Amino acid sequence: MTEKTYREALTDALFHEMRRDENVIVMGEDVVGGTGSPHAEPGFVGGVFGVTGGLHAEFGLDRCIDMPISEAGIAGTAAGAALAGKRPVAEIMFCDFIGLCLDQLMNQAAKFRYMFGGKATCPMVLRTTYGAGMNAASQHSQSLHPLVTAIPGLKVAMPSTPADAKGLLATAIRDDDPVIFFEHKTLYTISGDVPDDEYLVPFGKARIVSEGNDCTLVATGRMVSFCENAAQALAEDGITCDIIDPRTTSPLDEDAILDSVEKTGRLVVVDETPPRCSFAADIAALAAGEVFSSLKAPVRQITGPHSPVPFAKELEGEFVPSPTKIRDAVSEVVNFK
Amino acid sequence: MQLPREELEQAYKQMKTIREFEEHLHREIMTGSIPGFTHLYAGQEAVAVGVCENLTEADYITSTHRGHGHCIAKGCDVIGMMKELYGKADGLCKGKGGSMHVADMDVGMLGANGIVGGGPPLATGAALAAKLDGKGSVAVSFGGDGSCNQGPVFESMNIAAILKLPSIFVYENNRYSEHTHCDYVIASESIASRVEGFGIHTVKANGFDFFEVHEVMKELIEKARNGEGPCAVEFETTRFYGHFEGDPQNYRAPDELKNDRENNDCITIFKEKVTEAGLLSDDDIAKLDEEVNSLIEESVDQAKKSPLPKPEDVTKDVYVSY
Repeated sequence: MTEKTYREALTDALFHEMRRDENVIVMGEDVVGGTGSPHAEPGFVGGVFGVTGGLHAEFGLDRCIDMPISEAGIAGTAAGAALAGKRPVAEIMFCDFIGLCLDQLMNQAAKFRYMFGGKATCPMVLRTTYGAGMNAASQHSQSLHPLVTAIPGLKVAMPSTPADAKGLLATAIRDDDPVIFFEHKTLYTISGDVPDDEYLVPFGKARIVSEGNDCTLVATGRMVSFCENAAQALAEDGITCDIIDPRTTSPLDEDAILDSVEKTGRLVVVDETPPRCSFAADIAALAAGEVFSSLKAPVRQITGPHSPVPFAKELEGEFVPSPTKIRDAVSEVVNFK
Repeated sequence: MQLPREELEQAYKQMKTIREFEEHLHREIMTGSIPGFTHLYAGQEAVAVGVCENLTEADYITSTHRGHGHCIAKGCDVIGMMKELYGKADGLCKGKGGSMHVADMDVGMLGANGIVGGGPPLATGAALAAKLDGKGSVAVSFGGDGSCNQGPVFESMNIAAILKLPSIFVYENNRYSEHTHCDYVIASESIASRVEGFGIHTVKANGFDFFEVHEVMKELIEKARNGEGPCAVEFETTRFYGHFEGDPQNYRAPDELKNDRENNDCITIFKEKVTEAGLLSDDDIAKLDEEVNSLIEESVDQAKKSPLPKPEDVTKDVYVSY
């Protein structure tokens, strides 16, 4: 184990997988930085958030490919290369830009295996950043995991810790299905213990972040630590929570969530997206359908409002679920009569 | 350079306003009072102003993430823009948009854009509306060398060509697509030569010289107004700052910025031309500088005093009605 940042843990996974399998290639805008520059040696960017830094020095520019600002082209090229035997890890700088490449993901990569009667595999990973918190406004702050989770054929991972970042990315690269890999842009600098050797975290297996008796909290990515903050405050009032981080929204570890709700009888789902047709609504419906008789209170969903993500600090702060809102929701369901 | 005195003064003032607006932001961002991601236009002023001085409020433009210059040149209220960048409730977009989404429908400014190739299809749509209205309005999409590689750009070029729309594609080649040199990401000889493939009349010109920009655009815009269909221009230019504020710019040659500031500053070039030709004096310029500085000071002063948005406004303006 070594203490590493979320960013370093992701880079670590890329090094491991690229060494292990020469079919793994990395492609995206400025993933190297400076390819073809008349003034500088390649490699000074390493991805705008620094995740692909240093890869080209070991694996060369044939396997670390700087791409034009052509998101549809990047996603489609990755999908095509995956059909032809490579394991591309494509980077889309902000998940908002999935808007530009949705056809390649939704109509192409997601459907090859099914449409072609199980005779094709498309082992691509599309790494992307998501989430509010940097005042980057409506086109650089969205959390679009519900959109791609809703598409059969795509797998969706969203690590909340450095160790999971490494383990889930390695699993994503080895997975034979297309994976959309969401990295929260405010998490890159958080630190934690990360295994040094090869490390795989299976898809569809939730992390039990903490255990308690009174309420189940389900959250992913940045919202996991918000739940931990809320749970600490609640513990002072004698309320204890199970916190479940599903790690992947597709496949989903339904058992972990349902077992916990059967134990606690209460469920609060937290997600920083608008509420309609959301991940939170999906989990709430799952519990209502499967463990209705165990529920002692209505399921609460703490999400953003039904709006785009605004620019100004005061507005963005209102958009993002806060530990206070989570704490209040848990208190409310625990005290429900 | 055959422009009336008031037009010369106006052009200079606009370029200088953009420059001082951006220089202020560059200083202020260090203090942390400007939230979010900011991409500065300083260095490219001759293009925005040279284009927009040929337009009226009935014409349309679309812009990019590097949009402050286009907004000012098209007539967006500078004070309202400054308030927006500070994230204030009475900003041009009520603090909802910020740097990358400044817009003002009243002056035909259809928005800066966080999606680099997002503008050309929108400008082509505005050009369709203009053609249907038949009043001779045109639509200009501004884009950088990086943005020319997004697919919707090509689709809108073809649509503009087949429908013969007054859609004008302006490319500002500042040499860097974010951090990557344009020669690596653009395979054709130039952006202009690529656009020609769509059957669109295309020109390449010097974007450091306001007068060249203005003259080239005058002719092209006139043709578009007269129903001769779309056209495109690629201007050579430079940005004085990074892709975004905080970009260390280690992809540039060591003396590149110094050289650009000394020899390719479009405002210095303009000043030299008009003073040497005796069209404006140093005193005239100094007076205009003073006007610009007090406008920027006023805008900052007002922006700092302006009220913050109310949290409950987060759900306002999602729809006209629901």
